Amino acid sequence: MHSADPDLAAAVAAILTHHRHDATRLVQILREVMQQRGYLPPATLTQIASALHLSRAHVEGVAGFYAFFSCHSQGRFRVLFSDNITDQMCGSHELQRRMLDAFRIELGEVSRDGLVSVGRTSCTGLCDQGPALLVNGRAIARLTPARIGALSALIRGGQPVTEWPENLFTIDSHIRRRDRLLSTPLLPGEGIRAAISRGRDATLAEIKRSDLRGRGGAGFATATKWDACQKAPGPTRFVVCNADEGEPGTFKDRELLTHHAQQVIEGMSVAAFVIGAQRGLIYLRGEYPFLIEPLEAVLAARRAQGLLGRAVAGAPDFDFDIELHVGAGAYVCGEESALLESLEGKRGIPRNRPPYPVTHGYQGKPTVVNNVETLLAAAHIAKQGGAWFRSVGTSKSAGTKILSISGDVAHPGTYEFPFGVSMRHILEEAGARDVQAVQVGGPSGVLLASHELERKLAFEDVPSAGAFMVFDRSRDILSVVDNFTRFFAHESCGFCTPCRVGTTLNQQIMGRVVSGHGSRRDVKDLIRVSRLLKTASHCGLGTTASNPITDALAKFRPSFDRRLASMDVLPAFDLDEALAPAREVTARDDAAAHFSEPETTS
Amino acid sequence: MSEPSKKLRVATASLAGCFGCHMSLLDIDERLTELLEHVELDASPLTDQKHVGTCDIGLIEGGLCNADNVHVLRAFRRHCKILVAVGACAVNGGLPAQRNHLDIRDCLQSVYLTGLGVERGFIPNDPELPLPLAQVHPLHDVVKIDYFLPGCPPSADAIWQFLSDLIAGRTPQLGHGLIRYD
Repeated sequence: MHSADPDLAAAVAAILTHHRHDATRLVQILREVMQQRGYLPPATLTQIASALHLSRAHVEGVAGFYAFFSCHSQGRFRVLFSDNITDQMCGSHELQRRMLDAFRIELGEVSRDGLVSVGRTSCTGLCDQGPALLVNGRAIARLTPARIGALSALIRGGQPVTEWPENLFTIDSHIRRRDRLLSTPLLPGEGIRAAISRGRDATLAEIKRSDLRGRGGAGFATATKWDACQKAPGPTRFVVCNADEGEPGTFKDRELLTHHAQQVIEGMSVAAFVIGAQRGLIYLRGEYPFLIEPLEAVLAARRAQGLLGRAVAGAPDFDFDIELHVGAGAYVCGEESALLESLEGKRGIPRNRPPYPVTHGYQGKPTVVNNVETLLAAAHIAKQGGAWFRSVGTSKSAGTKILSISGDVAHPGTYEFPFGVSMRHILEEAGARDVQAVQVGGPSGVLLASHELERKLAFEDVPSAGAFMVFDRSRDILSVVDNFTRFFAHESCGFCTPCRVGTTLNQQIMGRVVSGHGSRRDVKDLIRVSRLLKTASHCGLGTTASNPITDALAKFRPSFDRRLASMDVLPAFDLDEALAPAREVTARDDAAAHFSEPETTS
Repeated sequence: MSEPSKKLRVATASLAGCFGCHMSLLDIDERLTELLEHVELDASPLTDQKHVGTCDIGLIEGGLCNADNVHVLRAFRRHCKILVAVGACAVNGGLPAQRNHLDIRDCLQSVYLTGLGVERGFIPNDPELPLPLAQVHPLHDVVKIDYFLPGCPPSADAIWQFLSDLIAGRTPQLGHGLIRYD
């Protein structure tokens, strides 16, 4: 099949050459085509498949998996509003309406002239400066009616996004509390040099002494992971930095990669030295394209300083370099084995575990996958020693935790707290008042009610992967739960039936309850589906997807009951309204063309 | 009121379905005679009785695609102690729900007005005709359903197992092999 558009075919060929016709870079290739063309035309998918010796179905499967890819023509300007609850709380839906009205389109539609399409996407990691949106992949924060007006004018003007005024795209930084990790200086090379002079085993011993546990959420002991990877057979090993932070309400990795990228990469180098890896990969979430250039610059600078490449930091047998991969809007890719799949250029479907990545990771080789914050901590530990890190925190949670605080607080932003600090203390520092609930760790984490604020931030009490969203008493908890439920239904990868079907059932039932059509049966169904999700899903997405519902039912039950239209069973939709379109085209208005009074059954 | 019967009264209906589930019920073959020792049929396409009376069990095939479906379903709910959604269409909307992607106005217009070969067409508007719903819905969107018997159609063995359990007063359990997953 020949492409109808020879220019496009040539452009795609250039992209393919730039990526060395490497099939593992398929996601990167599709990203670039999206950037240039705005969508992935069928002929392009065929061209890519044959150039990479992949089946057309594989390429289309990957193209269909990621939210930022589209196989259908989109507007020349594709606007995606971030749809986290914190965006909604700042009025994102009203702003969307404003833009939709400006172009006389509806959500998900392309304007008739093909100029613009407006849709929604999951949290874009700008909750401290929302509402936010992406236009052709570029992030714009702090939206106001005036900004929406300016954007609409720019879109109408038709200039490419690359030529828009730069100040539109500035991302603010709000690091508001620094503890050990964020206040201790670490110059480029200091961590890796310390590790090299101490030696492999002694460095691993310091990591062990530090009791560092993974910061991505699961809290697995870092030293154990490194040790297992080092001991796994085979000559090739990889270090992967998980910078996918897709959990709504999390944006600390964005700040860390903006201000502490050197140290995160230092941590990757330390890990590579300890386990004996030759290559590192950073998996950057697709929502952070503004970090690509700065990160490449840091990598280039480190290469120039002899801190990446051959004989790193002068160690003759230590060759290590790092490559940047950019995601394309799939929350599930934060799960480490899905992330590896994505790095290999496939759909981000979690693998069966065991075997774990430490023995069978990237391309089947032993791989350490660590969170951005874990690697930052490891870099400091390499220099300062394990005891330095261990001296703060609780007995089971050493060190500090970096939180992304957003929602109803006076000072949203990034905060570093020692483990063991109480929720109340965190809320006071962030300037929260009249707290009704706190979602710690994001939708997959735990929803705390106001009577639980003495609980401590710690793996053994309230763990957090970083998100900390605060809701005051003016907020409707059900809308919060509804937002999270929609999020999971959207992000379920579709691989296993309990999660694919269960998250959608939850979404439908919650929608009914929130819109005032719910009945007691719906609450029962929520409980039943949630239990099924928790016990039968393939990966963590499914097992945690019903946490917001379960927590809210346990702690905010009256919010549900108050919303139920009836303790009996009610129709899930407005029956009479469902006949309206047919009435319209048949011009009927007789009695049989209506449903009379609502009827309930029990 | 008639005298209480020892047999269970069972009514069946096919709404937006294809009668495939009814065919599957007939597919229990010689077990039909055993079934009829325990049940007597009320309203059903098999008896051609149109109006449902007081029943123990109502079996409904097909989802809800028009107003009449809703009226029949509600009548069944009022009259049946146990109401069962039988088959994929009743449980999920099934094949007829494929039209949910489309606007029903466009469907009617293209079938009756603008479709290929349609001349002097008009959209039927006799009050006798039930109006189609904007979307096809599963049964539990409108009434409480006590049991779901999935399958397209549920196999004769599954239906037999299900009814045997109900007749014996057990909670129906479809064991391995009687439910198929994708």
